[in-house]
Amino acid sequence: MEEEIVRPIKLLKMARIVKTFPGVKALRGVNLELAKGEMLALLGENGAGKSTLIKILAGAFNQDEGEICLNGKPIKIKSPADSRNLGIAVIHQEFALVQGLSACENIFLANPLQQLFFIHKKREFKKAAEILNKLGADFNPLTLCKYLSVAQLQIVEIAKALSEKAAILVLDEPTAALTPREAERLFALLDQLKKEGMGIIYVSHRLEEVFKISDRMQVLRDGSEVVTVAKENTTQQEIIHWMVGRELPPNSFHNKCVGKKVILSAVGLEKNRKVKGVNLEILEGEILGLTGLVGSGRTEVARLLAGVDIPDRGEIRFEGEVIKMRSVRCGINKGIFLLTEDRKNLGLFLGRPVIENFSIAALFHFTFLGILNKLAELNAFYSHRKSMAIKLSDPQVRIGSLSGGNQQKVLLARWLERKGKVYLLDEPTRGVDVGAKEEIHSLLRKLAQEGNAILLISSELPEVLAISDRILVMHEGQIKGEITNVSQATQEQIMELAMQ
Amino acid sequence: MKIILHKNLMSLLQNQGMLIVLLLLGLFLSFATLADQVPNDAEAGTVLVKTWPMNKVPNPVVIVVIRDLDEDLLFANAVVKQSLVLDGIVVEIVRGNPSDARSCLEKLANQGIKLDAIVCNHYTAGWSVFDRLNEKFPALGNPIIIEPASYRWPNFLKRDNLVNIMNQIAVIAILAVGMTFVILTGGIDLSVGALIAFSSVLVARLIRDYGGGVEAQVPALILCCITTIIVCAMMGAFSGIMVACFSIPSFITTLAMMLIAGGTAYLISEGQSIDRIPEQFMWLGRGTTFFRIPIAVVLTGSIYLLAHLAMTQTIFGRYVYAVGGNCEAARLSGVSVVTVLILVYTLSGAFAGLGGIIMASQLKSGAPTYGHMYELYVIAAVVVGGTSLAGGEGKITGTLVGALILAVIQNGMNLLGFDSNTQKCILGALLLLAILLDKLKGRIAR
Repeated sequence: MEEEIVRPIKLLKMARIVKTFPGVKALRGVNLELAKGEMLALLGENGAGKSTLIKILAGAFNQDEGEICLNGKPIKIKSPADSRNLGIAVIHQEFALVQGLSACENIFLANPLQQLFFIHKKREFKKAAEILNKLGADFNPLTLCKYLSVAQLQIVEIAKALSEKAAILVLDEPTAALTPREAERLFALLDQLKKEGMGIIYVSHRLEEVFKISDRMQVLRDGSEVVTVAKENTTQQEIIHWMVGRELPPNSFHNKCVGKKVILSAVGLEKNRKVKGVNLEILEGEILGLTGLVGSGRTEVARLLAGVDIPDRGEIRFEGEVIKMRSVRCGINKGIFLLTEDRKNLGLFLGRPVIENFSIAALFHFTFLGILNKLAELNAFYSHRKSMAIKLSDPQVRIGSLSGGNQQKVLLARWLERKGKVYLLDEPTRGVDVGAKEEIHSLLRKLAQEGNAILLISSELPEVLAISDRILVMHEGQIKGEITNVSQATQEQIMELAMQ
Repeated sequence: MKIILHKNLMSLLQNQGMLIVLLLLGLFLSFATLADQVPNDAEAGTVLVKTWPMNKVPNPVVIVVIRDLDEDLLFANAVVKQSLVLDGIVVEIVRGNPSDARSCLEKLANQGIKLDAIVCNHYTAGWSVFDRLNEKFPALGNPIIIEPASYRWPNFLKRDNLVNIMNQIAVIAILAVGMTFVILTGGIDLSVGALIAFSSVLVARLIRDYGGGVEAQVPALILCCITTIIVCAMMGAFSGIMVACFSIPSFITTLAMMLIAGGTAYLISEGQSIDRIPEQFMWLGRGTTFFRIPIAVVLTGSIYLLAHLAMTQTIFGRYVYAVGGNCEAARLSGVSVVTVLILVYTLSGAFAGLGGIIMASQLKSGAPTYGHMYELYVIAAVVVGGTSLAGGEGKITGTLVGALILAVIQNGMNLLGFDSNTQKCILGALLLLAILLDKLKGRIAR
């Protein structure tokens, strides 16, 4: 056996944390340890308890049992303010920044530098510039946050943590909305912070990056700790196995049923300088991957194709016929559906029951003279629930209480029930755990085999490579490259096209 | 077992919190207004004779003594009618004051008629004429004084009062249906109060000038009412178009509409109240139907039933909740947000038009001062009923409960004798309390 090394006192120690919600035991006695200058990756499927654990640390929830020690001293975190004062900075996926204030003002929002009763703006600016400079920011601290990109906002959040002298940084899915290059810069930054002695807890679904940057990994499943291992002692396959409790079939699929018929095509689409003359064709039974950096105009193209936005110039053809897209409903009536990347704001009715979220686009399937047949609606939902393995007991619960993967499946079911020809899927697996991701992929394959045309927008290159029949790469509003021989393509090849 | 009970109790509180508040209010008012009730109507007369102690006496001879009031006469007539059935003989109905009773008794004594009983109501039984009768008029034999039994019963729970509560709230309750739709979509409609005034003067003016004035016939009246409702609906639709097509905030749009409708009401009526309206027109506001239930109450009930079904069982309801819950998601799901928005404002306008007509009918005139500040009471009813001002959450049944709570509070304060200014303060405080309870309940559930 190895010799027990006498280690210094842990920076953070959470012991036997239990948290119960009505009907769910979210955490069943989880332990977590974090040393100075260490990065711990917290892994698990959606609903495994990662978010709950983080929220306890952030002071959003109070644990039912268990204790938390900081530098060996037991502490009580009762509110988000407590957490901040103790030097714990949690950066959620949705940033806690005020859009209408500048980066500098946001950094010092909670603890302004004061002189008498007035805010010392000059000192704040100097300090903010200093921190941002250290973090390698390329923008003026006086820029309003609404003009900053996601990556820049993230830097503002980290700067806020540094200005408060945080010792522990918790990041929840920090790369979900970043381009690969921005992600690389974030990793370098985190590495630097680590060297300066900060303890970092990192939550992500992307195993590749986790293996690249973390020191140790802790896997949670169903509210319990499955394993905690050092990076050197494990493999991705092993981690996935621990996360889902079963082996996943390897990602390899190639569609033999791509037809000859063009279902949807676009010629010379232009919109607001974000889309500059895009031509594309989607064939029957084809999964067309559309990738590129965030902000390259992928989402905008999908919105134009679905009729959500009206193009300034260019035309859209459906089965050879030019269609005038005056509204979303024109597209939907033709069978062109958009699954949005922004589930919360553009997809879900968070306060409404699952069943209503499911049926909203196809209500006329269940109505006679405007009167609903709720039984038919319920039966339709049950059949989708079965075929898509949506995990939920009661269709009347609010959809907001479901995990991300299940929410996404309900949104997919919404369009499957409507039955279309073209599915424009914008980041369909974002924020979805590994198991559900695989299920969504196989669903897409099935859809393609049935002769539907699918546009798959994704930043995750392995995903694009694994299930697309053809890949288009966008850069600054234009399509810069096409990859037809997907099985031979590599991530580097795509990145080259995307970054020019 | 205990946990299940606790759980059920919590979910009951969560779903029916305001209903419980309504019941508690009712309970409180029932105790607070408990009083001696002295029945003095036809039913009291019938019951009195059926149960009187004369049944063993063959052909009892009685007189009935009442005050010179119409309600007393109903009582007396019922007594006479019922005694005929039971072979009693009512020799005389004395109507007036104690001296009339005295002269009647003297007359009967002189004629040598033996009286078995004198039937009084609560008021006449106390007259001193009837003290020591056998000393004053020994010739009458030994008549006994009979009056209907009094009993203790809350004034609040009297049938007339309960009907009155519902009749009083009918207009606000009807408007609250439209307001619930609007608030569910995340908007607000401030114009309904002014639309009441507009609708009342418009219908009155139409009847006076085109319907035939006080001689107006029923078909003409119906036509006038329908025209008025359509005009109000169109004004609502106009607000809806402004909100839906031009994205002007509903607060501003309907504030403008409130000024327009209020001003037009003064212009149409030339600042006067218009009362050249036929009697038949009052059927809507003051008429009653089976079991003496007012037409307005029946109408309100039917509207609530239909609205509840529309919200829970039809595509319209789903779309309203969808638009309020997440407007952009609704649009991306293919819901015609513009149509839904225009429709809810149109309905709100139409309900305001109907409310104005009912008010004109209740008060037998149309005046531009009607409906002043009603929009605030309507919004209060909707919010007390649990509908979120952010949209997407709420129920029609909740609004009904909210309207009833307002009505019960107001009625209760009237019964307990608060003046109108005190009433306003208390109403405001209770409103806050109601919403606070609602929030706390949500917090407990979490």
